[in-house]
Amino acid sequence: MDTNGSLNGNVPAGPLAEKWDNHRFNMKLVNPANRRRYKIIVVGSGLAGGGAAATLGELGYNVDCFCYQDSPRRAHSIAAQGGINAAKNYQNDGDSTYRLFYDTIKGGDFRSRESNVYRLAQVSANIIDQCVAMGVPFAREYGGQLANRSFGGAQVSRTFYARGQTGQQLLLGVYAALSRQVAAGTVKMHSRTEMLEIVLVDGQAKGVITRNLVTGEIEKHAADVVIMATGGYGPVFYLSTNAMGNNVTASIRAYMKGAYFANPCYTQIHPTCIPVSGDHQSKLTLMSESLRNDGRIWVPTKEGDPRGPAEIPEDERDYYLERMYPSFGNLAPRDIASRAAKRACDEGRGVGDTGLGVYLDFTDAIKRLSLPVVQQRYGNLFDMYEKITGENAYEVPMRIYPAIHYTMGGLWVDYNLMSNIPGLFVLGESNFSDHGANRLGASALMQGLADGYFVAPYTVGNYLASQTPGDYSADSSEFTQAADDVKDRIKRVLSIDGKRTVTSFHRELGLICWDYCGMARTDQSLTKALDLIPALKEEFWENVSVPGGGDELNPELEKALRVADFLEFAELMCYDALVRKESCGGHFREEYQTQEGEALRDDEHFSHVSAWEAPRNGGRPVLHKENLEFEEVEFSVRSYK
Amino acid sequence: MDLTLRVWRQKDGQSTGTLETYQISGIIPDMSFLEMLDVTNERLIEEGKDPIAFDHDCREGICGACSLVINGRAHGGFSGTTTCQLHMRKFNDGDTITVEPWRATAFPVLKDLVVDRTSFDRIIQAGGFISANTGGAPDGNAVPIPKPDADAAMDAAACIGCGACAASCPNGSAMLFVAAKVSHLAHLPQGMPERGQRVLSMVAKMDEEGFGNCTNHAECEAMCPKDISISHIAKMNREFIRATVRGE
Ligand SMILES: Cc1cc2nc3c(=O)[nH]c(=O)nc-3n(C[C@H](O)[C@H](O)[C@H](O)COP(=O)(O)OP(=O)(O)OC[C@H]3O[C@@H](n4cnc5c(N)ncnc54)[C@H](O)[C@@H]3O)c2cc1C
Ligand code: SF4
Ligand code: FES
Repeated sequence: MDTNGSLNGNVPAGPLAEKWDNHRFNMKLVNPANRRRYKIIVVGSGLAGGGAAATLGELGYNVDCFCYQDSPRRAHSIAAQGGINAAKNYQNDGDSTYRLFYDTIKGGDFRSRESNVYRLAQVSANIIDQCVAMGVPFAREYGGQLANRSFGGAQVSRTFYARGQTGQQLLLGVYAALSRQVAAGTVKMHSRTEMLEIVLVDGQAKGVITRNLVTGEIEKHAADVVIMATGGYGPVFYLSTNAMGNNVTASIRAYMKGAYFANPCYTQIHPTCIPVSGDHQSKLTLMSESLRNDGRIWVPTKEGDPRGPAEIPEDERDYYLERMYPSFGNLAPRDIASRAAKRACDEGRGVGDTGLGVYLDFTDAIKRLSLPVVQQRYGNLFDMYEKITGENAYEVPMRIYPAIHYTMGGLWVDYNLMSNIPGLFVLGESNFSDHGANRLGASALMQGLADGYFVAPYTVGNYLASQTPGDYSADSSEFTQAADDVKDRIKRVLSIDGKRTVTSFHRELGLICWDYCGMARTDQSLTKALDLIPALKEEFWENVSVPGGGDELNPELEKALRVADFLEFAELMCYDALVRKESCGGHFREEYQTQEGEALRDDEHFSHVSAWEAPRNGGRPVLHKENLEFEEVEFSVRSYK
Repeated sequence: MDLTLRVWRQKDGQSTGTLETYQISGIIPDMSFLEMLDVTNERLIEEGKDPIAFDHDCREGICGACSLVINGRAHGGFSGTTTCQLHMRKFNDGDTITVEPWRATAFPVLKDLVVDRTSFDRIIQAGGFISANTGGAPDGNAVPIPKPDADAAMDAAACIGCGACAASCPNGSAMLFVAAKVSHLAHLPQGMPERGQRVLSMVAKMDEEGFGNCTNHAECEAMCPKDISISHIAKMNREFIRATVRGE
């Protein structure tokens, strides 16, 4: 492993609380009359990409926005259920910008950049105002004020929500703003279009190569700046709570062209998902974390207890979270709750046919609150559970198990959200920036909108102010070369004509990642993964079977290209996990734990961002470290006891 | 479970399609309908045949991508259920299941079960928004919104834009979809300034896109996986009349 000198996050000087205001003042502006002469590419139409495209359009730039779905309204932000955080302190319960900042740093296990997190907390309040102005129907109290709840282990009520469909409503707000700009002619929307390559000219990002998913046409798009907001890479594990189309393609393509990939091993496992029911399973469904506000999690005290939940008496149940973390109980953070569930199942105390499940029981909540109250709070979730499992959770406890949910890792960006490639900005879940080694509930929606609405529009403008507009051409040799590379890749994958389906490779890769780089990782397991993945990759390129052609609507081809990129990426993820010899947040190395089985950080050696550069000629990726300096907060051991 | 599938196969928008029959065995009741199609596709690929193309993404009933007419009913016709949330335990061993794409003039077929729904995007572009640029918004609590209004707005805003309403309407009308958006914004104070222009533009666009008229069949409401009520259509009609009378 090569290690280079410390990466510079370009964090502005000055006191933490004033950095963003000062920086905004110091940034260069583009004259309004000049803005339409600049062309901006935005890949992604979720909260981050859609928000940025709409806002940049409003400012008068000339924007091209891309998504692989048939409509920008279907980006996976749509699926977020629980809510969005903001430091409004409407409840007068002691919340503040500083507290949200502090909670996020601590929740991220001291592995995020202080200045970014502070800015996130600062702009959080503006997000709520903006969404209300755009017609997002947040839940209200009888007096007409916005309602809040406490979420994901926070001790204040700062989460805003729209029933169980917060992400949907926020995304529909973004989609409305985007649609308005499409009508105004500032944004051109390219749906069913997948980015397959990024194009650099003289080291600067100047465009992308895309495939029209209906006709198969390979298109060249050039611009003054490229913004990627392509979401998370959860499906590297095959099964996850992500959409079927979530991918790492855009990021890994940029990585291969020199962008650094930061902290790929930081993946979040969500404790409350519906357990796997069989080999046919294509995705896992999240049951909102809000259920943990009233449900109680337990397993039998006895190993392999064959009795149904109703027959197990109270004193033979282990409410393990309440036992181990008395002050947070069932609301312990995601990584802690997930590992505790795994431990219970590893001890043979798991429930359900597979033994990979724990109970989430509402019997006491129904007694305490009454059935109608529980129905009102969680009715839609209970309905969803029944649709999937065929069981009525008002009568029998739900069964839940952890699943891959969110990826904190992503392309490395500086304070301006620009990658190390000039002119390539990365927003939302696809960057690495704000959540450190673990993301708190209801903070991803906040980050997506912060990046898209309130950060990128300033910092991208600042970059453009230093560029001559229109200094690009899609006819240049760089574009021709990149387009040819894409065509070759497609031709190659179609011509293999092997024996195994794309999905069979994807499933196998997912299992390797889950078994050896999942909830608990060891030197041995990661070394094993690093043996298995290259072999699988080799087999893929010799034995995959992709039916149909390249110049038609061909979902198998789309999948094949994504799985090929997951195969590239999985190795990087496992390698990062191997090299990070500590446990922090979602990254749990069994070798590094306290006597009570809690994550043991090594601040002396690992208080840095690991930003990986693609190997130039085979071999291992090159590590660049960004040292994390904490001026404002002091390291402490995350304790939720 | 052993099933007989009759699936609409169509090479592309220019070709004509037909229903093809497939025998499929070993389906288990816990599979979702789309997982059943996944299994079918895996087998087709292994037999060297072209798999069935269909739209899907979230597979949890919220993105609105999935879109099949199953045994003549959009999303299978089970209350509050999208195709991706439909499980095979709702079917019986030995069943014959017919699977077709959305049928509506304004949703042309692209391939097999995949249709083009960009007409919905264009209707929203015609006015399904509040013109509030980013920045400078007043405090979120500056204008209290009575809970019943916020709830009514949310009921309408729950639409996932799947198109089942238009696909199941005998006239191919998109009224429920359009009404859901008009009603969502008309229930909120922020939506008031543009309310007249909004409804007029969206309805005009809907007609232009080739969606039919509403003649109160209420099939849309019956097939809507999000239980959007046709009372929103009444609300939209009132909005429309109000705007027309005021000459907006
Ligand atoms: C089930 C679920 C529930 C969640 N609940 C919450 C919650 O309650 N609170 C919270 O804060 N967070 C939640 N999250 C996390 C949060 O929803 C996401 O992190 C966030 O919405 C990501 O937004 P994004 O804009 O970065 O990406 P996305 O919304 O995923 O958008 C990605 C966009 O990129 C496009 N794209 C991707 N690749 C390509 C390509 N190669 N070419 C072209 N386009 C491409 C896609 O089409 C899409 O438009 C949840 C996540 C899941 C999965
Ligand atoms: S109104 Fe119902 S059926 Fe129509 S698009 Fe919306 S969710 Fe789908
Ligand atoms: S796949 Fe998203 S609603 Fe069915």
